[in-house]
Order: sequence, then C-alpha cells, then structure tokens
Amino acid sequence: MTVDTAPMATEALDSPRSKQAMKARIARRYAAERRFRAYGVAAILFGLTFLVALFSTIMVRGYSAFLQSAFTLDVHLDPSAFGSTTPPSETDIRMADYTKLANRALFQALGVDPANKADARAASQLLSQNADVQIRKTVEADPTVIGKSVQLSLLAHGNVDTLMKGHFDRSVPENRRQLSDKQLGWLDKAAEAGLLGKHFNTGLFTYGASSKPESAGVGVALVGSLYMMAIVLLIAVPLGVAAAVYLEEFAPKNLLTDTIEVNINNLAAVPSIVFGLLGLAIFINFMGIPRSAALVGGLVLALMTLPTIIIATRAAVAAVPPSIREAALGVGASKMQSITHHVLPLAVPGILTGTIIGLAKALGETAPLLMIGMVAFVVDFPTTPLDSATALPVQIYMWATAAERGFVERTAGATLILLAFLVCMNVTAVILRRRYERRW
Amino acid sequence: MLNVQTNELQQGATKLGGALNPHKVAAKDVSVYYGEKRALFDVTVNIPDRGVMAFIGPSGCGKSTFLRCINRMNDTIPICRVTGKITIEDEDIYDPSLDVVQLRARVGMVFQKPNPFPKSIYENVAYGPRIHGLAGSKAELDHIVETSLQRAALWKEVKDRLNDPGTGLSGGQQQRLCIARAVAVSPEVILMDEPCSALDPIATAKVEELIDELKQNFCIIIVTHSMQQAARVSQRTAFFHLGVLVEEGATNDIFTNPNDQRTQDYITGRFG
Ligand SMILES: Nc1ncnc2c1ncn2[C@@H]1O[C@H](COP(=O)(O)OP(=O)(O)OP(=O)(O)O)[C@@H](O)[C@H]1O
Ligand SMILES: [Mg+2]
Repeated sequence: MTVDTAPMATEALDSPRSKQAMKARIARRYAAERRFRAYGVAAILFGLTFLVALFSTIMVRGYSAFLQSAFTLDVHLDPSAFGSTTPPSETDIRMADYTKLANRALFQALGVDPANKADARAASQLLSQNADVQIRKTVEADPTVIGKSVQLSLLAHGNVDTLMKGHFDRSVPENRRQLSDKQLGWLDKAAEAGLLGKHFNTGLFTYGASSKPESAGVGVALVGSLYMMAIVLLIAVPLGVAAAVYLEEFAPKNLLTDTIEVNINNLAAVPSIVFGLLGLAIFINFMGIPRSAALVGGLVLALMTLPTIIIATRAAVAAVPPSIREAALGVGASKMQSITHHVLPLAVPGILTGTIIGLAKALGETAPLLMIGMVAFVVDFPTTPLDSATALPVQIYMWATAAERGFVERTAGATLILLAFLVCMNVTAVILRRRYERRW
Repeated sequence: MLNVQTNELQQGATKLGGALNPHKVAAKDVSVYYGEKRALFDVTVNIPDRGVMAFIGPSGCGKSTFLRCINRMNDTIPICRVTGKITIEDEDIYDPSLDVVQLRARVGMVFQKPNPFPKSIYENVAYGPRIHGLAGSKAELDHIVETSLQRAALWKEVKDRLNDPGTGLSGGQQQRLCIARAVAVSPEVILMDEPCSALDPIATAKVEELIDELKQNFCIIIVTHSMQQAARVSQRTAFFHLGVLVEEGATNDIFTNPNDQRTQDYITGRFG
C-alpha cells in the first residue's frame, strides 16, 4: 500500500497515470466488497440449508405424533361389573374389570364372537392396554353413568396406530407381522364404518411416562420443566442481577475482582455436565435432597444459568452511558438511587434478554439432569418440587432409546414441542429488546 | 412565582450566614492527583456569591478537574485524590462527616454534553425535588417544575409537551432542560462545564442570557473555551495553565490588563 501511495504525493494528481491508478484502485475496492458480500450470502445460505433440513426432518417425523388412533365405542357400564352393592363402593369402582367392559364393547362393534377364544384374544389386542384406565377415569369422574351406555374414544393399540398412519407393511408374511390378516380385516371394516379414526392427540400433552407409546406423553415432563424454570427464575435472576450490579458498580477494581470476573466468564463455558456432577455432590449427597426431584434439577440449572445472567446484566449495565449516572449524581442522587432509578431501568431489556436466553438454554439442557438421576420413569404429576420429576429434554432422550414406531414419532413430536417453547422464548427476547430499545 | 423562590433562597442564605458571605466558595491549596499524575497544583481562589466566575485556559489545564472538586464529582473516579481545602459558606466540603449527596444537592452541575434522563421533560425536572422531598404535593411539584423551566427559558417551548421524552428535544433545548433540572433543587452554587460547546450561536445566546438571569440568585462557576463568552457573562475570571491557577481577577482586568505574560499570550491567541 505504502509503495502504491508514496509516488502519488510527488506526482501531479491529475496526471493520466495517477488517474489510471486511482481508477484501478477503486475497481479493486468495489471487487473486494462484492466478493465479501458473496461470501456472506453463501455462508448464510449454507447455514439456512442445514436449518431447513433439520426442521423439515423433525417435522416430517414428528407431526404424526400429534394424531392418535382411537376407537369410538359405546361402552355399556354393566352394573354387575361393579360388585353387589348399590351404589357401588369406591373400592368396587376402583377394582372393576374395565378391560372386560372395553373388550365387550369392541367385540360388539367389530362383530366378534366372544365365545371364540382365539378371535376374542386377537380382537382384544387391538385396544390399548390403557383403555381400562380411560373408562375408569370416566366412571370415577361421574359414578352415575354406571348402568348406562356411554360413547367413549378408547385408545387403539400402538400397532393399530402404526397401521392407521400408513407405516404398516401388509406385504410382510403374516407370521412375521404384528397384525394378522383377520385383525387387519376387522380394522379395515371398523375404519370404514367410522369406528376407528385418528384424532388430535391431547394425551401427548397430558400423559406421563408409559411403556406403551399410545399412552405416553410429555405432560409430566412439562410440569417438571416448569418447576425447574420457576426455580431458575427465582434463584438465578435475583442472584445474578445483584452480583452483576455489585461487580459493575460497586466492587473495587483489584486482583480479587479481576479473578472473580475471569472465573465467571469461565463458568459460562464450563460443560453443563460438570454442573450436574456438582449438583450430585452438593445437593444430593451432601444436603440430602431426594434424587430426581425438580428442586435439585432447578438448583443445578440455576447454577448453570447464573454466569449467563451475570454476564448479560453486566454488559447491559455497562452499556448505560456514564453521562446518565453523572446527571443523577449531579442533582444529588445517591449511588444506589442513580442505579435503581436510572441505570437498572435502562438495563432491563438487556437483562431480560440475557435471562430469557439463559432460561432457554436451561430448558433444553439434558446432561446435568441425567447426572442427578432425573431419568426416572415418572407416571404421576409432581405436586411439589420435592417429588420425582422429569424434564422435557430428558423425556425426549428416554424415548429416543425406545424401539417402537410410536416412540420414534413421539421423540420427534416432543422435540417439536421443545423447539416451539424455545422459539417462543427467543421471540419474546427479541420483542422485548425491540420494545425497550432506547436512544440517548 | 419567581419571587417566591427568590425569597426562599434569600431566607436560606440569611439563615446560613447572617449577612451574605462575599466568598461563597473558597479553595485553599487544592491539588488533585490522578494516580501518580498531578493535575492541579495548589490552587487557591475565592469565588463570590451572586455572580459568575469563569474558568479559562488551554485544553487539559485542569479546569474541569477543579470544577468537579467543588461538588466532589471526582469522588466517582477511583484513582482521583484531592488534597487541600474547599469550603462553601465556611463549611469544609471534604470533611468526612459531610454527606456528599447533600452537598451535590447544594452544588448543582451542568455538563458539557446535554445529558437529560431518557424520561419525560417533566420527570427530568421533577426528579431532583422528588428525591430530596422538596415538594409536599403534586401541585407543589408542578409549581417547582414550572418555575424551573421558566428560569431556564424553556417553559414556553415545552409547556404543551411536558410528557414527551427529554431526549427528543434539540441540543440547545436539552441543555436548557439540564439547567432547569439543576435549578429545580434550589442549589446555592451551579457549576457549568462548557455548557455551550455543543450548541449553535442562537442557543448559546439563550443560555448566556439565562446565566445572566441566574446570577441574581446563584453563585455560578462556568468553564469556557470562548474568551468572548467569558467576557460577556462573567464578572470574575480565572486563568489556568498546566494545572496552575495563573491569575484571577475581575474579568475586565484579566482581558484588558493581565498581570502575567502567560495570560496575555493566551487571551491574545498566542497559544492554547
Ligand atoms: N479521569 C481521569 N483520569 C486520569 N487523568 C485525568 C482524568 N481526567 C482528567 N485527567 C487529566 O487531568 C488533566 C486535566 O484535565 P481536565 O479534564 O481537568 O482538563 P480541562 O482543563 O477541563 O480540559 P478541556 O478544556 O479539554 O476540557 C489532563 O491532563 C487530563 O489528562
Ligand atoms: Mg474540561
């Protein structure tokens, strides 16, 4: 460059040579800019391609998890099934043989002769083993239905669901398929008669863990995740904001605070599984909080999120121009007043963004939760943070290891739910940032 | 309305010193160090009440540094150390028992760059009185805001949009808003660090007019790079050079008949 410009100075500016050189330089500058833009566009396209590929695979695999096959049956709640007393006692209601009631309704609908043991068994295999629970819940909710017929939508077996979603290969020899020709015949007839159909899968959002894919859902895991997020919010946000404000505004600049700063930055980069180990050692082994409780998970995730929130808050606080602080101090505000009245309100969007991004990261975190034993098979909703709980990503992890077709689609479906949450949170962060962005 | 506050002020002054003290602010042997570096060398100066004192001098000579000593704004710079003695109304402002927040309410400051809070015009002015509990009611606060804006010659321009953000005003209006904000807490001394350096000539003229008004009630200390401005608005002028207070005296004398060669050189534009 200097070689280029050195003779320029001595040369007359309007000489033809210097004009030519200038033109060439301008052309080079434009070319460099065009090249750079092309690289940028290429990089973005490359990234987008992968993103689209990722999302479309998950969607293609997962959308069917939001539909579930079920039989629409008239179930006759025969009073004789509920013991001899009228009205039936609670034990009778709990112990009644609902499977038999469900099967009876199914046989009638399909035209199967209950006396034919082989047929009856084959037909009963078409219903989910969870169908009895569905009927029981209906009766428990309203015992007056006993003696009447109610129309219920009873879950079909996972194999039937596979068939209904078109993933069943009928060309495989009968003895190697999950459904026999006879069963297929019944199902086709039932589907034609409108007895068997696909409905929106509310169970996916309300059920807990189950060994049967048709009755497995992320409801329990969602509640667990919710508890943990609440704990992270309650612990990490106040601690993180207080720590950041102290470090940024009050702490003297010395070796100790420098060390702390470096360590906080390092902590943000520590692999999350290390926080799991820490939680295992401190919260479970030392403090004795029950394993796989939402409290432990929340505490571990709070620890993990803390550095993110501290860093975001410090950046947001540091970005508030010093002139605002001086203005506040100048009219006689105390340091604390200048911070709470002026600095923090201006830093709120940054703090919120950091918090939401930290929360989103915590929501998707799996490894530390595995470390503290949150891989439990949890069927019931946790009522307190000390109950056994599981989290959305852990549920996905557990389903991903199961072989049944139903679990494969549920894995993708649950991933979609998780992604939807993450996208919502990130969009909120962007909106908040836009809304509160200020000029000064 | 103006009279009310003037009376209050006079009462306040009488309470404090009986008769008006001719020297509102007095500095004795003030030196300032930024870490190892010494920025001010034994500055001794007396600043009268009810008047304008101008600090002039080449860039980096320590004018702002000295100004910021008077409301202890230098406390916010960790490496800054101040020695010597500064008194306001014979009260040592570096006395450990003195509350610095209280001091800053007595000594208002207007900064070089207009720095209104990113809040409404009303809030900008009302903030000081509110945190100091100067207004007992909303009506009183409204009154203070109105008088302060009037004193800052801004009331006419903003009275219909008090709820608009202060940052939406023009540069000159913002600076006058900052002056209104400083005036609102009824300080005894107002420090102005190059208040017109970001303003056009018209806005500058407005602010100068304003300073002329305010000197009836306040002790005003202004830092300026404009010799003409110093000559126009001040009664006394102090010339700083390389951290030393070279000369201080009546503005007329300083500009027409300086004692020191360095002052002579500076005002005739030979350096700086
Ligand atoms: N925060 C600081 N840290 C270290 N040194 C400083 C600081 N502020 C000012 N100084 C130094 O103190 C000296 C005086 O600075 P000061 O700001 O008071 O000058 P000034 O007279 O106001 O100049 P100007 O007219 O350019 O505003 C300068 O040499 C400057 O480098
Ligand atoms: Mg200065």
